[in-house]
Amino acid sequence: MDNILVVHPRDNVGIALKTIAAGEPVIAQGKELFCALEEIPVSHKVALADIAPDEEIIKYGEPIAVSTQPIQKGRWVHTHNLASGAWKR
Amino acid sequence: MNDISGFIRPDGRVGIRNHLLVMPTVSCVNGVAQRIARDVPGAVSVVNPHGCGRGGPRDLEILFRILSGLIRHPNVGGVVLIGLGCEVSSIANLRPVVQDAGKPVEMFNVQTDGGSLETARKGAEAARRMLAELQGRPREPIAWEKIMVAMECGGSDALSGVTANVALGAVADWLVEKGATVIFGENTEMIGTAEVLARRAKNELVAGQIRQMVSRAEKLTREIVGELASLVISPGNMDGGISTIAEKSMGCIVKGGTTTIHQVVDYGEAPTERGLILQDGPGYDCDSMAGLAASGAQLMFFSTGRGTPVGFPAMPVIKVASNTGVYQAMRDDMDVNAGVLTQGASLPALRDEMIRQMIRVINGEQTKAETNGMDVFSFMTVHPPF
Repeated sequence: MDNILVVHPRDNVGIALKTIAAGEPVIAQGKELFCALEEIPVSHKVALADIAPDEEIIKYGEPIAVSTQPIQKGRWVHTHNLASGAWKR
Repeated sequence: MNDISGFIRPDGRVGIRNHLLVMPTVSCVNGVAQRIARDVPGAVSVVNPHGCGRGGPRDLEILFRILSGLIRHPNVGGVVLIGLGCEVSSIANLRPVVQDAGKPVEMFNVQTDGGSLETARKGAEAARRMLAELQGRPREPIAWEKIMVAMECGGSDALSGVTANVALGAVADWLVEKGATVIFGENTEMIGTAEVLARRAKNELVAGQIRQMVSRAEKLTREIVGELASLVISPGNMDGGISTIAEKSMGCIVKGGTTTIHQVVDYGEAPTERGLILQDGPGYDCDSMAGLAASGAQLMFFSTGRGTPVGFPAMPVIKVASNTGVYQAMRDDMDVNAGVLTQGASLPALRDEMIRQMIRVINGEQTKAETNGMDVFSFMTVHPPF
């Protein structure tokens, strides 16, 4: 059973459909992709690929933020490792 | 399979319903209109939230545009207009709209038609007569090019932006491919995505209008909520996994799909282009719905995660739940469960089911909000009354 949803094929994050425990396999469209490196709370984002610092976080096929540090595949992606640009301007 | 039917109006627009609308021109005579609606089953009535007491040019523009939009709405086959006599949006002032409405409109003024009870009696008599004519009219085949579908989201949750709105977007893309028009508004929910939208504009003019609209919405939000503006993305949003305003807004604008944006229209303004259209309207659902209906949308998809029962007079609203929990908790209010996307269902399968349901609704099947009579009519004002 899938435990993440990937909204757009270009996305580098997936959305947890339930809280995923550290070490638990991450599954989309019936395929086990990798194991979560830490707990991913329900409806939060998990990195689908290794993301470099200053790389765009892509969801809906569009940039929604920029990473502030290296983010390994399987890590939780949220306000602690990304920055917004839009509202601060 | 995709054949649709409706009512072809003299101006070439098409209705998917053939309603008789009982409309008060001002709040003061709402009671008269409600009395007529009680006495004439089958009539659709609205409760007018305004109609007088506001004089600024922008408020007058909105008032007349919204009332005119409802009188001219393609799903409305005839109107009983109930006026008071001394209001700003009086029958006398609405006469030019009535004259080219291309449908029968009967008008009564409470001050000159014998007071409330006598006006209600005359109005009910007219309503019964007109309704009998409207109900006898058969449906005819109509073209998708004549259909305008509005996309709305409200009472959202963390899943709204990844299940229900994504499904709405998939239906939107299908509609545009068919030659239909899709419209959505809620400018506050575009903050942070101006460039994403502008990139999809038909030309530089439209791109500039999109940037202006979103920057006005951002400025207004700051003016209204001041230092709290950052709460547009709230701690609750963040707990729900939303990290940035751009992410939150993407979850909203995804309901319009991915096609070229052909035009930006003002609140309640009718588009002159087909395809995907943006409306410069407010985020508050009930006010947004009136603007989209006044623009001529015959049908609305409305996604919700927390759950809302709201419908609109004369415009069927298809409710799409973002999660199975709210779909079950508000079973009588929800038409579609997009929560199945989290339970292994595919987006193309859900989209196709929604298209089939939309076709049934266009062809006359009632939505939950229609069956339940959840009509709400409310519209935006920019100044307080005086």
